Amino acid sequence: MSRPVLHKPEQVTAPAELAGAEDPAPRSGSVGEHINSYFTRVRAGDMGSLPAFGGLVVLVAFFWAVHPSFGSLGNLSDLIKQSSPTICLAMGLVFVLLLGEIDLAAGTAAGVCACVMTRLSVGYEVHWSVAILGALGCGIVIGVLTGILCAKVRIPSFVVTLALFLAFQGVSLMIVNNGPGQTGNVSLADSFLGSIYNGQMDAWAGWVVAAVVVLVYAAVKVSTFVRRQRAGLITDPAAVLLVKVGSLAVASAVVVYLLNQNRALNKAGSIANVNGHLVKVPGQKLLGVPWVVLLIVLLFGGLTFLLTRTRYGRHVYATGGNTEAARRAGIPVDRIRISVFVISSFMASIAGILLASNLRGVDANTGGGNTLLLAVGAAVIGGTSLFGGKGRPLDAVIGGLVIAVIANGMSDLVKGANSSAVQFIVTGAVLLLAAAVDALSRRRAGATGAG
Amino acid sequence: MEPVLELRGVNKSFGAVDVLHDVDFSVTPGEVTALVGDNGAGKSTLVKCIGGTYTFDSGEYLFEGQPVTVHTPRDSAALGIEIVYQDLALCDNLDIVQNMFLGRETLSGITLDEVSMEQAARRTLTSLSVRTVKSVRQRVSSLSGGQRQTVAIAKAVLWNSKVVMLDEPTAALGVAQTAQVLDLVRRLADQGLGVLLISHNMNDVLQVADRIGVLYLGRMAAMVKRSDVTQTQLVELITTGRVGGIGLQPATTGANG
Repeated sequence: MSRPVLHKPEQVTAPAELAGAEDPAPRSGSVGEHINSYFTRVRAGDMGSLPAFGGLVVLVAFFWAVHPSFGSLGNLSDLIKQSSPTICLAMGLVFVLLLGEIDLAAGTAAGVCACVMTRLSVGYEVHWSVAILGALGCGIVIGVLTGILCAKVRIPSFVVTLALFLAFQGVSLMIVNNGPGQTGNVSLADSFLGSIYNGQMDAWAGWVVAAVVVLVYAAVKVSTFVRRQRAGLITDPAAVLLVKVGSLAVASAVVVYLLNQNRALNKAGSIANVNGHLVKVPGQKLLGVPWVVLLIVLLFGGLTFLLTRTRYGRHVYATGGNTEAARRAGIPVDRIRISVFVISSFMASIAGILLASNLRGVDANTGGGNTLLLAVGAAVIGGTSLFGGKGRPLDAVIGGLVIAVIANGMSDLVKGANSSAVQFIVTGAVLLLAAAVDALSRRRAGATGAG
Repeated sequence: MEPVLELRGVNKSFGAVDVLHDVDFSVTPGEVTALVGDNGAGKSTLVKCIGGTYTFDSGEYLFEGQPVTVHTPRDSAALGIEIVYQDLALCDNLDIVQNMFLGRETLSGITLDEVSMEQAARRTLTSLSVRTVKSVRQRVSSLSGGQRQTVAIAKAVLWNSKVVMLDEPTAALGVAQTAQVLDLVRRLADQGLGVLLISHNMNDVLQVADRIGVLYLGRMAAMVKRSDVTQTQLVELITTGRVGGIGLQPATTGANG
């Protein structure tokens, strides 16, 4: 049954027959049509990442205007780094949300993985690679456990992960308070583990990464375009293709250029008075694209490929869209359900590694607090639906940046005692707003019959 | 013409309840065979047994003249029997091509072969003369009820199927859309498929069917040619199990008309 056998293929003349009389032979649609169909989708409630992207631009402009240091080079690099654990968590959560499930334990699972890695490195003095493998393995085990409880035992994921959320806090506490080596607040001494989050690549390496990203994107787009044209199928207009590849090239060039500028606070050097002698203190140098950018790009590319180009990804969307239809189509929905929790927990373990690397250590609260809710917020703000069936890793990236901009901008804007209080309130409000947009666009899609 | 699917004296009971009793039934290629009957007559059970969701307790199940055993939906699909469910079994968030190939995606290497799937979907829709669908890359959520039913039927046809069973395909449709779908049902038969139409709607059945099987309380009351019955007779067959000379006679329980 691998090849469909078609009845009366001789009837097949031109696809135009399908599209109606006024629709001529296969061609690429005009730019105008393309834009038109985009706005039709937007009107029907399928806004994609547009609101999140617009929001990102507005927020950046606002914070920059009221607080010029927000736009400094150092802050740009900080922003990107700060968003990385949230983006990792959120990209994993997208898979769970696609099935209409929730993983409330992802944050504390990240904490457990961070503690496992740190304890392995600090107490047991293992090589950093073993410590990282330990964290990743821990994430996978957690995912399998969660998935089996949800899919096989059939406990609602909300309850399973709420229970695990509590339990994992205890596990983290146990790991940091016991075992060989430091206890309580454990510091990571390993320089590699510390530099995952804090390190930057050389200037040339940043350019290479940007070039590879743009080339891969262009190659994928062009090969799809060519294959569809050859097969006589309708394609996006070539102009749209050019604009997409061009804007990605320009955007990555600008980001890499900015990150390759020296962003050290004291770059000029100074004259200091040491014991009555004037001594020249050399300027500092801090430049390069943070390594986390490469990590996020690779994870994003891999997960996007998995979701959009493989059979597995198709089955995830189908299960999220209509579980019964997926089951009747022979899709192993239980296995799909387990797998999304494995992916979510695996991504959480990477987020945990970043969290530990950021602070060069862990304590019992790593991954706790609002870590998880910020990641859920990131996915939803980016355009992933809480009702299942709709979402992309790109949503997590854009949403994660929005969350980081809010946190970073607010901490500069509101100083003093109420700083973190205001930050909580604003982030909560943004999450509610995004969820409301999701719910309303869903209603709208139902009303117009599109979506 | 030889029937593609034939049942001889099949029985099915759930515990003490006799749902199907010595039922003979057949589906012929190139014809629309309708299956009608009141609620509880056993239509759904018969269809589920053919599809493999349930198994007959006794009796013969022949496919293309050969006795076969169908224990799971997979068995019936392997024979070439496709079922279009009443609740459609389409995913709203996927497009037409994705739905038609759901669970049976064509791959090139490890990636989905979107181009060949889209071409095959187009060809199938074209061969069924479907012109109501603007683009095969439309999401199903943007389609009307009739268009959805069309996609569900086209999905069943895509897979070299020999028998297509349609469970109440027009139940939720308006007048124009019903006409469209019945038109499509007719074309399936014209292409040489055996079509089994399960319906409550007398108008639909009389309009499109070649032969009509009437189930009455688990027995096949009559298997008649469309041209041999009027609507009044058909309604009487459904409600009482007999009309005039045809149907179940009071004395001969278990006999078929």
